[in-house]
Amino acid sequence: MSAVLQSLVNQPYKHGFVTDIDSDVAPKGLNEEIIRLISSKKNEPEWLLAFRLKAYQHWLTMTEPSWQNVHYPKIDFQNISYYSAPKPKKKLASMDEVDPELLRTFEKLGVPIHERAALAGVAVDVIFDSVSVTTTYKQKLAEVGIIFCSISEAVHNHPDLVQKYLGTVVPVGDNYFAALNSAVFTDGSFCYIPKGVKCPMDLSTYFRINTEGSGQFERTLIIAEEGASVSYLEGCTAPRFDTNQLHAAVVELIAMDDADIKYSTVQNWYAGDEKGVGGIYNFVTKRGLAKGRNSRISWTQVETGSAITWKYPSCILRGDNSVGEFYSVAVTNHFQQADTGTKMIHLGKNTRSTIVSKGISAGRSNSSYRGLVRVAPTADGARNYSQCDSMLIGDQCGAHTFPYIQVNNNSAVIEHEASTSKIGEDQLFYFAQRGIDAEEAVSIIINGFCKDVFQQLPMEFAVEATKLLSFKLEGSVG
Amino acid sequence: MIIENSKTILSVQGLCASINGIEILKGIDLIIKSGEIHAIMGLNGSGKSTFAKVLTGHSDYEVTAGSITFEGNNLLELPPEERARAGLFLAFQYPIEIPGVANTQFLRLAYNTIQAQRGKEELDPLEFDDFVREKMKLLEMKPDFLDRSVNEGFSGGEKKRNEILQMAILEPTLSILDEMDSGLDIDALRIVANAVNHLTNKDNATILVTHYQRLLDYIVPDYVHVMQGGRIVMTGGKELALELETRGYDWVQTNRQSISGAIA
Repeated sequence: MSAVLQSLVNQPYKHGFVTDIDSDVAPKGLNEEIIRLISSKKNEPEWLLAFRLKAYQHWLTMTEPSWQNVHYPKIDFQNISYYSAPKPKKKLASMDEVDPELLRTFEKLGVPIHERAALAGVAVDVIFDSVSVTTTYKQKLAEVGIIFCSISEAVHNHPDLVQKYLGTVVPVGDNYFAALNSAVFTDGSFCYIPKGVKCPMDLSTYFRINTEGSGQFERTLIIAEEGASVSYLEGCTAPRFDTNQLHAAVVELIAMDDADIKYSTVQNWYAGDEKGVGGIYNFVTKRGLAKGRNSRISWTQVETGSAITWKYPSCILRGDNSVGEFYSVAVTNHFQQADTGTKMIHLGKNTRSTIVSKGISAGRSNSSYRGLVRVAPTADGARNYSQCDSMLIGDQCGAHTFPYIQVNNNSAVIEHEASTSKIGEDQLFYFAQRGIDAEEAVSIIINGFCKDVFQQLPMEFAVEATKLLSFKLEGSVG
Repeated sequence: MIIENSKTILSVQGLCASINGIEILKGIDLIIKSGEIHAIMGLNGSGKSTFAKVLTGHSDYEVTAGSITFEGNNLLELPPEERARAGLFLAFQYPIEIPGVANTQFLRLAYNTIQAQRGKEELDPLEFDDFVREKMKLLEMKPDFLDRSVNEGFSGGEKKRNEILQMAILEPTLSILDEMDSGLDIDALRIVANAVNHLTNKDNATILVTHYQRLLDYIVPDYVHVMQGGRIVMTGGKELALELETRGYDWVQTNRQSISGAIA
């Protein structure tokens, strides 16, 4: 790799500060007592405690998966604190009462909540460590019948909805990390869009892990009733610690007839240093159920952070004519590892899915696309189009593609395209010969490469993602 | 055109360069003055494309001896992007493809970078659109070309036209056209050559790196240099190219001493 590329990819992480806020941290370790403690701290109803304990019992019988193409030392699940909450000075009634230190954190992150919310018309739910700090615009959304709040609030205020849907898309025993999450999740976002309502603004959540040695296990549940539509954004950062932190989230989406859920993620967890020390283990289960006819679930993700990313935002296309989409950019640098992709499960007739995956590897990182397209015997006329492109920067990184295709219906049409390219001296020289320096050239090449995905992001996020990628490949972010 | 007392644009003296420790250029001397068109001819492997890359600063090559002076400045001290901003242009033999980046975006970025260097006004997308469409007429290019990704899926001829379009936009002082005629059919060659002829004037200079004399029927050089084994072994007027065409490069080998002696 040239000296220019080397210097571009070796700069420090910008979000690696720790906010000095009193935290209420549970003792490390995992057992029934801890789960009961979490549940009681949150004043949860009995059914939710039962849900957690059932998940915990499942988890005890399971073993950590090892099929993924990532390598890390065994996680000691007894050495993690499963609950960490910023100690509120008092009950928060408005944004002005949020701990100013916390607000400064978000400003450092480039998330000036009120201005941003006001100017952009984005409703923001902020999850700090495990607890939802504040949700803006709740009132305005409530006027059209939309519920947007932390999942803890939803448990208290809308227990029937939560109980009805929680764990229906990702069952408690679905997989090792989903079971863990179901046992210990502490907060997350809840969103309910009633029949026929088009959500008037993008909904947004920012996640941050602040406390060393704590895990973050958030739970997100989004329900779009018949004819409803919503665009939901999440962003993530974490301070830099030399120890690895575990982030095991579960996201469940449910779309009824003619409903439309678009879920966009810009993930920039701390990725570890240039030697591979520290960083977040991002083991996430995200799944959408396109339950109704003509429903649509669309995942867009820009994954730039985390020491290890292991996630497959998936769609179960149960409703006839339902549509599943997955647009992904995964960037790895230094010693980062990403094994990410999607599952498209075609059950209904004339269901369609699109997969566009762009993997960018630099440094000594490894990036894998793993995707499953399954067409059930019932899915007459199913169609899938997959495109998986990899770009390598330098000669010490790796890109891998693992497409799995299972078709049990003769009328299905499946297309898969893949490519691998490399940013080399000759590309950079071409730009240089037109007066354009290497840094800008890399940024343009990468943004061009990712264009198909970026244009799926809401405008505001697209700008952020473009910047993030430039930073990332300067190396300034992780 | 050869002009009395015109200023020297490029002066190359005793230039030696190697790649991975293997010496390719073994002492090149060349003076180019404003208004002139120079053809550098030679077989594959003679070092002519290497010469083009060394002039423009490709990092694969190491200059081991000699000097390159461009409008009085030591070019060897400048990285490739600054050489480009100083007015040195290379039309690539194999232009790279940049998927997802619209041609107009790339062209405008290059144009504005060089305008900024010259202390001139940069153009916004709308202004640039008018500007570039005018230039495209010169190369008889279709408007849809602006929205396509840079060189992606372009035919050989379209890529070459795109290179010359960039030359038209950037208005370099010295243009090096590397194998401009390769991959061009006769109509495209005529269009490209006409554009180059339109762009040459008394204040700039052009180097044509070519294998065949065919291109020189359309762009008539003031000087023809023959390269062999990393050196310029023969220099003459435009008639030298014709001589080469009939007698072949072997003839140079046997006559290099006498002829280059006679011209020098």
